[in-house]
Amino acid sequence: MRGQGMFSLTLGRFFRHRLALGSAGVVLALALAAIAAPVVEAALGTGAETVDLFNRFAAPSAAHPLGTDDLGRDVLVRLLYGGRVSLFVGITAALAAAVIGTIIGLASGYYGGRLDAILMRFTDAIIALPLLPLLIVLAALDLGKLGLPEAFVTSENVSLYRIVVIVAVVGWTTVARLVRSAALTLRERPFVLAAHAQGAGALRVMTVHILPNLASPIVVATTLSAGNVILLESVLSFLGLGIQPPIPSWGNLLTNAQELIWSAPALAFYPGILIFITVIALNFLGDGLQDALDPKSLER
Amino acid sequence: MTRYLAGRLVQSAVVLGLMSFVIYALMGLMPGDPVDLMISADPKITSDDAVRLRQLYGLDRPIVERYANWLGAALGGDLGYSRLHTKPVLAVLGPALGNTLVLLGASFVLSLAIGLPAGIAAARRPYSKTDYAINLLAFGGISVPPFWLALLLIMVFAVILGILPAGGMGTVDQAGFWDTARFVVLPVASLTIASVGGHTRYMRASMIETLRQDHIRTARAKGLSEGRIVVVHALRNALIPVVTIVALDFGYLFSGALITETIFAYPGMGKLIFDSIMGNDFNMALVALLFATFLTLAGSLLADFAYVTIDPRISFREVET
Repeated sequence: MRGQGMFSLTLGRFFRHRLALGSAGVVLALALAAIAAPVVEAALGTGAETVDLFNRFAAPSAAHPLGTDDLGRDVLVRLLYGGRVSLFVGITAALAAAVIGTIIGLASGYYGGRLDAILMRFTDAIIALPLLPLLIVLAALDLGKLGLPEAFVTSENVSLYRIVVIVAVVGWTTVARLVRSAALTLRERPFVLAAHAQGAGALRVMTVHILPNLASPIVVATTLSAGNVILLESVLSFLGLGIQPPIPSWGNLLTNAQELIWSAPALAFYPGILIFITVIALNFLGDGLQDALDPKSLER
Repeated sequence: MTRYLAGRLVQSAVVLGLMSFVIYALMGLMPGDPVDLMISADPKITSDDAVRLRQLYGLDRPIVERYANWLGAALGGDLGYSRLHTKPVLAVLGPALGNTLVLLGASFVLSLAIGLPAGIAAARRPYSKTDYAINLLAFGGISVPPFWLALLLIMVFAVILGILPAGGMGTVDQAGFWDTARFVVLPVASLTIASVGGHTRYMRASMIETLRQDHIRTARAKGLSEGRIVVVHALRNALIPVVTIVALDFGYLFSGALITETIFAYPGMGKLIFDSIMGNDFNMALVALLFATFLTLAGSLLADFAYVTIDPRISFREVET
């Protein structure tokens, strides 16, 4: 082990974690497939919104590899476009939550004292709340009453932005707590004291000296929360409060499928299994990263 | 102890008070208001009438004033009527609360009964085949979309096998215990699967950490059996963090209950909240949400007390910071 850099050690440990490695591949493959949705669409000569009422509930064929739905739309293309939306929401909201959580956790851990007490009580309170019922209220709000411009409120993509904001607003707590506890120990370390002695201001110490050392907890927490966000988006969309049709997402594809569960059970199977695979892969990936980045697990 | 107790109680009361205002304000931002509902029910109402009605009910006043009025009435025991159920809010809340407690209680106990032993079994030989298998299942439970799992259970047990009802609560003519129990099986199963993975993972992580400690090495050196070491020397220590996380998860469990109840049409708090938000039943939604908040806060309060009871080393000061 001697003479090996931290980075290659981490990489080595990560590669030994075969499950995490496979999961990274799965996530990448899903993302590529989602990005390639227009290509598949063009290759099949059909669109996500192309209705063909003479070809409803078609069995899988060369023209429709996974068959068609209740309006004769191609299931595969709709799944790919749904994946675009679900993955986009998952990644954006998880990143936004990570930014909020890092700022709050950093301020809390670095300054300590009263600010820390207030911020952490606030975090605890949010963790203790029944989140889903409150998210449902947030998702049902009339944005017009919040004073947002009419053109924005009625635009097609508003449900997309709304869900990202809602999830980010409640999803930052895990990152905040991890960052806070790490920052709390880091601020007493000699290199931080040295930076202070050289006259570095609070902002500089936080961003230049402490933040880089927080990379691993932030990466791990963000990976794990991306999975949670995708689950949350699918739940809200499924309940009719998240991504609104005609934009397809894995969650709202299932809403439609629930009504058809007796006649076309396959439609209820595909979006669910894709959510499941994505989330479990992200969880394995986060777990593997945690093992790889944690210096404590060095000797095993 | 009493000081700490009192401090936590006050803190929870403050959070509950703040939440009551936040939820009240959010309700005001929902689409439509009671007068809009009257207009849609009665086309003869003119716009002048609407203005007068809004004045009459005080809907034109500032939010803080309306909240103060509501709070005064609520503290005096008047929580208002439910629009959808045409009954006093509390009369609707009672049975729903009972049903949810049955659902939550049963799945919580089941989940712990499965998750804790599974976590311990996995922790005894980390990175062994057993550990991998348990981990795989636990991650599966955590990652499965809860509503999809519920749909699958309905598909298998109600549609294909036809042995359990797909939803609802009790049939009209025969309302015995076993009849009711049949309706609870699938919701409890789906909620248990959703939470057992987390419980297993917490227990495993905590037990692995504990088994690394010095006193365990001493116990091993004394030649004690591995079973005795785990049960007598490690378990209590390992349970300390688990108790906290598990009780903090109460809010998560409640969220799960909302999904489960909605899909299985199980008449509990979660479905009540969802239906009242969707049906513009503002009074009902407000009170039910507050009650749910109260429940989860009480859960995390309980966690704190359990924490200090299990671990005599913790001084109350330490917990506070």
